[in-house]
Amino acid sequence: MTQSDFFSLDGISKRFGVVQALDNVSIAFRPGEVLALVGENGAGKSTMMRILEGVFGPDTGTVRHGSTPIVFSEPRDSHRAGIRVIHQEPEIVPNLTVAENIFVGELPRLAGVLLDWRKLEQQTDRVLATFGMQHDMRPRQLCGTLGPAQRQMIEIMRAIRAGGRLIAFDEPTSSLTDDEARRLFSVIRRLREDGTSIIYISHRLNEVIDLADRIVVLRDGRLVDDSPAAGASEQTIAKLMVGRDIADLFTRETWRSGEQLLEVAGLTTDRVSDVSLRVRRGEVLGIAGLMGAGRSELAKAIVGYDRRIAGTIAMNGAPVVPNSPHAAIVAGIGFAPEDRKHEALLLFRSILDNAALCVPDKTSSFGFFNRRKALEIVSPLAAKMSIKAPNLDEQVSKLSGGNQQKVVLARWLARQPMLLILEEPTRGIDIGAKAEIYRLIDELAASGIGIILISSEMPELIGLADRVLVMAGGRITAELARPDIDEATILKHAMPQSAPAPGDHIQ
Amino acid sequence: MNSLELRASKAQTDARGVSTRLVERLGVHNISLLVALAILVVIFGSLRGDVFFSSRNLLNIGLGITILGVLAMSQTVVIVGGGLDIAVGATVGLTTVSTAMAIQATGSPAAGIVAGLVLGGLAGLVNGIIITYGRVNAVIATLGTMAIFRGIAFIMSDGQSIAIFSDTFRFIGIGRILGLPLLVWILVLTAIAFHLFLARSIVGRNIYALGGNPVVARFSGININRYRVGIYIMSGVAAGLAGILLAARTGSGQPVSGSQGLELEAITAAVLGGCALQGGKGTIVGALLGVAIIGVLNNGMILTSVPTFYQLLAKGSLLILAVVIAEYHLNRT
Repeated sequence: MTQSDFFSLDGISKRFGVVQALDNVSIAFRPGEVLALVGENGAGKSTMMRILEGVFGPDTGTVRHGSTPIVFSEPRDSHRAGIRVIHQEPEIVPNLTVAENIFVGELPRLAGVLLDWRKLEQQTDRVLATFGMQHDMRPRQLCGTLGPAQRQMIEIMRAIRAGGRLIAFDEPTSSLTDDEARRLFSVIRRLREDGTSIIYISHRLNEVIDLADRIVVLRDGRLVDDSPAAGASEQTIAKLMVGRDIADLFTRETWRSGEQLLEVAGLTTDRVSDVSLRVRRGEVLGIAGLMGAGRSELAKAIVGYDRRIAGTIAMNGAPVVPNSPHAAIVAGIGFAPEDRKHEALLLFRSILDNAALCVPDKTSSFGFFNRRKALEIVSPLAAKMSIKAPNLDEQVSKLSGGNQQKVVLARWLARQPMLLILEEPTRGIDIGAKAEIYRLIDELAASGIGIILISSEMPELIGLADRVLVMAGGRITAELARPDIDEATILKHAMPQSAPAPGDHIQ
Repeated sequence: MNSLELRASKAQTDARGVSTRLVERLGVHNISLLVALAILVVIFGSLRGDVFFSSRNLLNIGLGITILGVLAMSQTVVIVGGGLDIAVGATVGLTTVSTAMAIQATGSPAAGIVAGLVLGGLAGLVNGIIITYGRVNAVIATLGTMAIFRGIAFIMSDGQSIAIFSDTFRFIGIGRILGLPLLVWILVLTAIAFHLFLARSIVGRNIYALGGNPVVARFSGININRYRVGIYIMSGVAAGLAGILLAARTGSGQPVSGSQGLELEAITAAVLGGCALQGGKGTIVGALLGVAIIGVLNNGMILTSVPTFYQLLAKGSLLILAVVIAEYHLNRT
């Protein structure tokens, strides 16, 4: 492999609506080098992977192979060029055998039509031996019977077999046991020795420091650091990942919480374990955690959307029963989910219909919708939140993200809940609308409403929350209270603790 | 947007022409349905104008679409709620049999009406439970119950037509009030009731929410399981009503004759009327226009002597065409 034979990104920018996902990022992926890519949720890692993979192209900038610019119009093109991204959930056909999955697309044939099983088995045995996997799976075994680590190995073997020269691993160890992770690391090291370029994405900084030759830090779509892994520490990396100015944007006018409002004890569902928490009137309780930490699942458990296995929820000392969203609403709990399009809004209905959805009793007479009553409730709220639309009959699908979010909030303000759960309330909306939503949170808290703020934006949590609970793996791993809420501490507790330090085991 | 701006936009609306406001009130879709209806009327009028425009024939069309009208409206509610009921035709057949048998046994028209409505409701309850709690796809569930209900109707009637000898009951099918057939009055009244229910009542609006996005509906405190079962019960009761009307018109209860293929026409009318099969979209007014188109088409094909076999071809094509148009429209907006 020659020095010119490597992939690079040159001035890549990509924008989604108001969000600048990548901003003029240039990286060279050298052969025989493990490059770790770290950054907070939304820093632009996934966007970069999708561009490398050809899911979509950059707005500006070029992907190069050596000095030649290359354009991918679909993932097949990038595969042909030798780029492979190994996703967290490997794309394996469960009803086909190990051999077929590895050699899919290039199965050896007999007489042009029949599958040459003997040849396929020999080829597969060779590949398995190369990776030291011959004791873990048999060529004729169905992939549906394999565990997550083995599936990941199949995807890696398929990528190498197909001539992969740049292999990216997206959070590969999140579903692996310590032992499986260790074996993955030795495979990665072998790939490096063979001259493959490796991109390694992980939130586990100890892993990253041990495994990588170089660490690239992304923050808000910009490349903020690109330096050798030798000498890096978890603290310095974490600081680079989150270090940005906390503007006045996030401050609250009042910090005054009253008596206890919500008490959750031992709440357990399929996806959260033994969560206990309390919220007072006028208090903002922040929930921090990485993607998949169980934060939205916690919200869905509190509002009775997910089936509760154990635990109790009480509002003002009275238990919330039965376990249903209806009961939660009656008890005074409102929930604005992160996924506005799929979980919060009726996209083809009007602003008025969406905002009046949870107050049927206040917008009807004798069981029939009363438009005048609905307007009396919704118009002032729309004005207060400056929802920008020609009129209240406008379909919400035609509104901007910020205005859609305001419609969701208007729905809950109309309901006048005692507790409001906001999940990523400012995701994908511009800075102006953000400021308005922060002001609203402050006002609501000041009026005695308890707020649970689930957010991936650290400054948001630090600026607005009285207390922050950190979640990882469906559990609460730490509770921080003002003024001891800081990004490094949150991040430390948000990292999955079960991660092995690869070096400790391998050498 | 403040109230001032709202008022300003209202003034703007008033300033626009009458035709613009008419378009807004009726909707582009309903107007294109009216245009399609007009084209059909012109075609059949020019081919057989002598018969087509006679008051007798127009009444015939009216009578012909009553039963379909009831089913198309209830199907609209089902589709708006995100479901589909292809067992309605079989349910109608079943209820004509039960109504006829009840009248034969008791001599009381009231008993027949109650038997039809209750059995229809039960059939709907079965559909609702299978779909909601058995988690069976609505098409498959009602495809299965369609066969089951037909089977029960055959077993109950022993495959025979059951004659109804109650003049009071027959009056529903052939009587007139104020010069118009009672059947047409019933269609008008059920249409008003369905329209108010779906467009104006809180329950109707929640059905739009359920069909538009069940996750949102559930987060908003709507008991979506209860709604789903309720919708199918409503569809069954409506099929029971249609069965009673059919029995009254033909003077008999029959497991198949007269009710076969009604599900196809009802779904066609609902989709023609603007229902999105994904749920959350559709109106009673649109469904009625769809019914009118089917009524005129059926009548016109008979008048112009299109062979029965080819009529089936036309009906099937119409359903597919309606869905293609609806999908095209959905993808553009």
